[in-house]
Amino acid sequence: MPQPLDRLKETPSQTAGPYVHIGLMPNLVGIHGTHTEDLGGRLINDRTKGERITIEGHVFDGTGEPLRDCVIEIWQADAEGLYPSPSETRGAADSNFAGWGRAAADPQTGLYRFETVKPGQVPFPDGRMQAPHISFWIVARGINLGLNTRLYFGDETEANANDPILGRIEHKTRVPTLIAPRHGDTFTFDIHLQGTDETVFFDI
Amino acid sequence: MSDPSNRAPETGPFYPRDRLWHPPALTPNYRTTVLRSPQRAPISFSNTMSEMTGPVFGHSVIGELDNDLIHNFAKPGESAHGPRIIVHGRVLDERGQPVPGVLLEFWQANAAGRYRHKKDGYLAPLDPNFGGCGRALTADDGSYAFRTIKPGAYPWPNGVNDWRPAHIHFSIFGSGFAQRLITQMYFEGDPLIKLDPMTRGLSDPRAVEQLIAPLDMARTIPMDATAYKFDIVLRGRRSTMFENRLEGN
Repeated sequence: MPQPLDRLKETPSQTAGPYVHIGLMPNLVGIHGTHTEDLGGRLINDRTKGERITIEGHVFDGTGEPLRDCVIEIWQADAEGLYPSPSETRGAADSNFAGWGRAAADPQTGLYRFETVKPGQVPFPDGRMQAPHISFWIVARGINLGLNTRLYFGDETEANANDPILGRIEHKTRVPTLIAPRHGDTFTFDIHLQGTDETVFFDI
Repeated sequence: MSDPSNRAPETGPFYPRDRLWHPPALTPNYRTTVLRSPQRAPISFSNTMSEMTGPVFGHSVIGELDNDLIHNFAKPGESAHGPRIIVHGRVLDERGQPVPGVLLEFWQANAAGRYRHKKDGYLAPLDPNFGGCGRALTADDGSYAFRTIKPGAYPWPNGVNDWRPAHIHFSIFGSGFAQRLITQMYFEGDPLIKLDPMTRGLSDPRAVEQLIAPLDMARTIPMDATAYKFDIVLRGRRSTMFENRLEGN
């Protein structure tokens, strides 16, 4: 036997379950007093630089019903394309921008919504620029491993056409599942877990 | 959003995720997965800054009683019902290195197996002194600990007579968004674990064992609380010493 490699295995995922809100957004489900505020509720403040936009949509199951119990987290660069993270190596991001947000689907309608700013461009490892995008992570009852996808912006036709990751998608008819159309200041990003419009999910 | 740290920040791409170690999206015995599991193959790409960076939280998000579920929802002078336990462990990466400054969020049912959530209709009673949620931040050696009561097992509408083993849910943030993880901790010796459609979604028995916290008598508090140890492993970052571009550790 050769020497062991001494690598640990990542802790296996288990579903977030139907009561995920208790842990991630207790105030939303009426558990007050344990945490002063739920995390991830605000990405921006009055001084945040960049164009204010709203992101909203639904997550649909295989029958076309919206999930009313899912939680979505987003992570994005600031208006200059910098991440507010210690792991950001290219410069300091806007100190008035959180970059990370968390929202629950509405328990009646399934609608989720984020108020944020439009992100700048972030390079791909080979130096090409990626189109502006927002990383999504979706958890819920019935989802065994959190789902990763990305929102791209419907008004960024040229950048999207040159995006290295969108370019990797072999079946071009699936690319539109990642592109949120713009109406006024709102981009609508519906996520389909199954079906002919199944959203492209990423193994990152 | 973050506390300054003396450690150099973690950078660089992550080891690819071993998706066979995780439950697949579709585990039909857990019936809700049938309509919520993507059916097409996920698309892979090399980590970009979007995956290598992530939110980091500081002590400002941690309240005084966040690591004490026995008291953080209880009326003054009262405490939650149930067997008092300490849950502790370390957060490590795949290279075995401790990961400090990790935000953990945890939630659980009360001692009777009931969640404080309007969607939970189990006939077992709510405990007026138990909310069921807490937070902790790992220390420089990756360690964390919190106090709670042992949650009860409970029935759930899946099969006619399915019971969840006692468990605590964990949400874990690393230093990069690609490390984001939610899992569940089970308790050593629980006979319901091997019947559970969720643990049975794991194909490798060692993966199930990785989710089972052993009784840890060394950390018990005599005449007060028993203890369980639950270590968590997050994805590790590749060393980039011999790669063409210097972007890692």
